[in-house]
Amino acid sequence: MTTEMQPLLRVRELRTWFHTFSGIVKAVNGVSFDLAAGEVMGLVGESGGGKSVVGYSLLGLIDPPGKIESGSILFDGEELANAPERRLREIRGREIAMIFQDPMTSLNPVHTVGRQMDEMLRLHTELDKKARRQRCVEMLESVGIARAEERLESYPHQFSGGMRQRVVIAIALLAKPRLIIADEPTTALDVTIQAQILRLMRREIRQQGASLILVTHDLAVVAEMVDKITVLYCGRVVETGPVRQVLEAPAHPYTRGLIDSIPDPAHRLPRLRQIPGTVPDIRALPKGCAFRARCSGAAAICSEVEPSLVARAEGQSAACHFPLVSGETA
Amino acid sequence: MMTRILATQIAFNWRRNLSAISGTVILLACLFMVAVGPSLVAQNPYDVMQLNLLDSYLPPVWLEGGNPNYLLGTDGQGRDVLAAVIYGTRISALIGLSATLLSCVIGTFLGLMAGYFGGWIDALIMRVADIQLSFPSMLIALFLMSAFGTGIDKILISLTAVGWVVYARTVRGSTLGERQREYVQAARVAGLRDAAIIWRHILPNVMTPLIVVATVQVGTFILIEASLSFLGVGVPVTQPSLGLLIKNGFDVLFSGLWWTSLFPGLMIMAMVFGINLLGDFLRDELNPRLK
Repeated sequence: MTTEMQPLLRVRELRTWFHTFSGIVKAVNGVSFDLAAGEVMGLVGESGGGKSVVGYSLLGLIDPPGKIESGSILFDGEELANAPERRLREIRGREIAMIFQDPMTSLNPVHTVGRQMDEMLRLHTELDKKARRQRCVEMLESVGIARAEERLESYPHQFSGGMRQRVVIAIALLAKPRLIIADEPTTALDVTIQAQILRLMRREIRQQGASLILVTHDLAVVAEMVDKITVLYCGRVVETGPVRQVLEAPAHPYTRGLIDSIPDPAHRLPRLRQIPGTVPDIRALPKGCAFRARCSGAAAICSEVEPSLVARAEGQSAACHFPLVSGETA
Repeated sequence: MMTRILATQIAFNWRRNLSAISGTVILLACLFMVAVGPSLVAQNPYDVMQLNLLDSYLPPVWLEGGNPNYLLGTDGQGRDVLAAVIYGTRISALIGLSATLLSCVIGTFLGLMAGYFGGWIDALIMRVADIQLSFPSMLIALFLMSAFGTGIDKILISLTAVGWVVYARTVRGSTLGERQREYVQAARVAGLRDAAIIWRHILPNVMTPLIVVATVQVGTFILIEASLSFLGVGVPVTQPSLGLLIKNGFDVLFSGLWWTSLFPGLMIMAMVFGINLLGDFLRDELNPRLK
């Protein structure tokens, strides 16, 4: 994907903090990235790394005690950070849609699938009843649901998990949004159908020319799906770049660690490799680099100065004082 | 489709549950009495012109001195006890049902607000509810009635003031739970406004436990109304409900004129018994935790 184009989404120094009794949780603490129209970006990191909060921040759906403290979210040139709720409601669903993790709970059990689809179209389009129904049928067919016309009258519990996620994807795409945020869209599904759903999602999103932010902790998913990858650690971007570049030659030891934790059936190890230690308490991050306690290459400067994101090669940047060179292990 | 499955499942269990069947039969009998009863009795007990004071305190027809015109005897004003019970049941049932409906609507609304928005709205509504719960409901109703004076509209207000709390607390609890579900997030992400999310997505999901609460409350309200009327602060004397009929008879109970109190009492008992039997069945059927 080209970077010369004006990006569809430009996030700069986004800070979303939660003011809790036990301290300020800096879930997102200075995140920046660009996303071009039609581009697919993977947002990767461990649990609690602030991935989902980025997604919710883009939609203005941060509930108290959380708050977007500072930063800018430019969507097609329009500032969304702290935009009025009325404007945000128009954007949600129509411009930016979201696909959730668990299709078992992201559909309302008491309404038919058809009604839930219709709701989205009624809200965001001027189509009449017949045209809306027509669009729903087409959409269901395109996500691979047979007898779509009939299935509109079904309730969510009459679908299997994979089928439900197809419905969720169909609903997200209904109003032809330009950006889709998928928050771990296959985590709750059977392994056997994960790839199937991912490919379907990618194909449909491509077809509409929309951009996608894929929030995941699964690097295997990322490798297949995305153009570009952004790795978060403790609310900050530690590495970003074209997916091939980052996966083949990670510059940040954390990225390296994530890649090494993927089991490789060709080289069976007595134990799975892991990153030592745990994510530090995000309410009281130590001075310097947040990753240093788990990093084998940490030096004195790492506990003094927080490294900033520095360009390495061909659109790849990393926030590390001692970036790895190609092939090196952490 | 789902409702059809649900309906047949409940119907299936209903046929195998003796107390549910008895409850239904009792309630249908009451309903029949309320609907058709007035045209079956000759006298309108509310029309003073039809009362004959010479016929006062006649015993039921099977006792010596009974008059076949008055199957269950008469009271002090010559009112046919059977007619009075039928009309009184109408008043009692009407009050029980409408007060339940009113409490349910108001309580549900407040519960939804408290559960969905949280914060000071929640704090305000729930503290009022807590204060209310720290008084016996009878005491509050009694107090309100003595302040307002008698009348069916006033008794409705009093019962609603007492009854909304149960719904508010039940609904608030379920709303807090539903709010966390992803489909509510999905609705927000779709750009729905809060009112639409509450009305179309949360309300249908929190209604099931309300059916149970409401069923039992009809019975409770009939009892409270009867107690209030018995204490003389309920319905006006010209439109006696069952409670007021008992009170009227109570004054002469120890003179051996038992029938004026007993029959209205039995009627209340039958009605509340039927409601509770059905309520128990519904609770077992509709409570997802017991499945």
